[in-house]
Amino acid sequence: VTVAAEVEVLDLATTSLRELNQRLHDAEGGRFQVVNPSGAHAVACGLDGTHEVEILGHVGYYCAGMNQRASVRVRGNAGTGVAENLMSGTVVVEGNASQSAGATGRGGLLVIHGDAAARCGISMKGIDIVVRGSIGHMSAFMAQRGCLVVCGDAGEALGDSLYEAHIYVRGEVKGLGADCVEKELRENHVAELTELLLRAGFDDLDVTEFRRYGSARELYNFKIDNAGAY
Amino acid sequence: MCGIVGLYCKSPALEPELGRHLSAMLVQLSDRGPDSAGVAVYRAPAPEGVTKLVLYHPDPGFEWRAVGGELVDVRARHAVVLHEDERAVRDAFPELRVMSAGRLIEIYKEVGLPREFAEQFRLQEFDGTHGLGHTRMATESRVTTMGSHPFSTGEDLCLVHNGSLSNHNRLRLDLRREGMEFQTENDTEVAAAYVTWRLREGDALPDALESCLDALDGFYTFLVGTADGFAVLRDPIACKPAVLAETDDWVAMASEWRAIAVLPGAADAEMWEPEPSVVYAWEKEQVPA
Repeated sequence: VTVAAEVEVLDLATTSLRELNQRLHDAEGGRFQVVNPSGAHAVACGLDGTHEVEILGHVGYYCAGMNQRASVRVRGNAGTGVAENLMSGTVVVEGNASQSAGATGRGGLLVIHGDAAARCGISMKGIDIVVRGSIGHMSAFMAQRGCLVVCGDAGEALGDSLYEAHIYVRGEVKGLGADCVEKELRENHVAELTELLLRAGFDDLDVTEFRRYGSARELYNFKIDNAGAY
Repeated sequence: MCGIVGLYCKSPALEPELGRHLSAMLVQLSDRGPDSAGVAVYRAPAPEGVTKLVLYHPDPGFEWRAVGGELVDVRARHAVVLHEDERAVRDAFPELRVMSAGRLIEIYKEVGLPREFAEQFRLQEFDGTHGLGHTRMATESRVTTMGSHPFSTGEDLCLVHNGSLSNHNRLRLDLRREGMEFQTENDTEVAAAYVTWRLREGDALPDALESCLDALDGFYTFLVGTADGFAVLRDPIACKPAVLAETDDWVAMASEWRAIAVLPGAADAEMWEPEPSVVYAWEKEQVPA
C-alpha cells in the first residue's frame, strides 16, 4: 500500500486504543490509516468530522459506531455492531461483518462487501445498509426507517415486527418475520435501489432481480385482534 | 461474557506449538473472562490398559505418590497420573477431584487471570493435536477451581461454554437418574453430562449436539472436544459470539477474532461465523458433520 504524505498512520501495535480515538476526536477531518487493528474493539468510534479513515485488517466490536460525517473503510472483517447508531457519513467493510451490523443507525451508509451475520439492521432508524453477500437471521428486526439492500440471501425471520424501513433482497429469503410481507417493486423503488447500489459501488446488478419487502402494518398499529401476538 | 478458544492442528508440524498458540489465544480473551481460566489439551496417549487422570487436590503440599499408579507430571495443584482403576482412586481419596480422564485428554483449570493461569501451568510447553480453552466471567455459580471450565464428564470428552442455561437444575436431576455423576452445581457441567449421556446412548457426536437444541434452554455457544477433534454449536438465537477460521494448517474457533489473529497465517485464513443451530465438527480425516 502506498501511503501519501498527508496520511497519518496510527499503529495499534504501539498506540493504545484510547490514544487512537482521542487523536481522531481531536481532528476535525483529515486522512488516517490504522494499522495492526488485530480485532480491537471500538476502533474509530464517535467521530464528528470529515475524516477519511482506512483500517488495514480486522476489527472487533462496534467499529465506527455513532459516527457523523466521517468515512471509514475496513480492509478486513468487522465484529459485532459495526456502524451501530451511525448518524451520517459512510462505513465500508470489505470483508464480512458479524451480527447487529448497522444496529439502530440513524443515517449515513453502511456497505458490506461480504456477508453480514444475524440481526443486520436491527432497529435501524434511517441508516441505509447495502450488503453484497447474504445476511443472517432476525435481520431488520423492528426496523423503522432507511433501506436494507441484500444482494445475496436473507436468513430466517426477516423484518420481524417491521415498521417503515424498506427491504430489498435479490436472492432467497429463508423466512419472513411477523408482519413482514413481500410488496410490489414500483418505479420509485427501482430508482431508490439503483441509487443505493450506485452509492455502494455495485453497478453490475440488474435491479429488477430484487424483491421488495415491507410492513403489512397489521402489528404496530395496535389492534385488539392482535393482542395474542404480544 | 466468557471467552472460548479452540485450536485443531491439521498439520502435524503445528502440534509441538499447540500450547504456545492456545496460551496466546486465551490471553487475548482476558477481559471476556477475568475470573478463571482453563484448557483441555489432547496429547501423549496413555498406554493400553491404563487411564490418564488429571487430578486436583486443594492442598498444594499433597503427596501425589500416595495415589499410586504412575505419576507423570505435577502442575500447580494438578497432577497427571496413569492409573488402572479410576474408581479406586476416587474411593480412596474422596477429597481429590478428577479434572479429566481418558487416553489423551488433560484438563487444567484455576481461578485467576488467563495470563497468570498460563504461566502457573506452563501452558507454552504443551504439544498436542488439539486443545480447547475458556476464560470465565461467572454468572450461574461461584468462582472456584471446580466451577471453571472445561468440564469433563466422560472419557476424553470435554465442553466449554459461553452463555448460561436456565433449565440445568431439572436436567441435572434427570441425568442423575440416568446414572450421570456431578462434581459441582454448575450449569455447564450439566451440558457436558448431557452430551456424555447421549454419546453413551449411542449417538454420534453431531447427533448428540443436535439433541442439545431441544434439551437445553438458555444461551450458549458450545465447543466440545473429543479424542478425535472438536465441534461447535450455537443456540437458535445465537446471541453468544463465535468465529471460525481455517487454513491449510489449522482450524480455530474463538469468541472473537482477536484471539485468532495471534495465530500464524491468520490474516489469510478463511473466516466465518457459525450459523445458529448448526453443528460444525472437525475430526481426524476432517469429516464434516
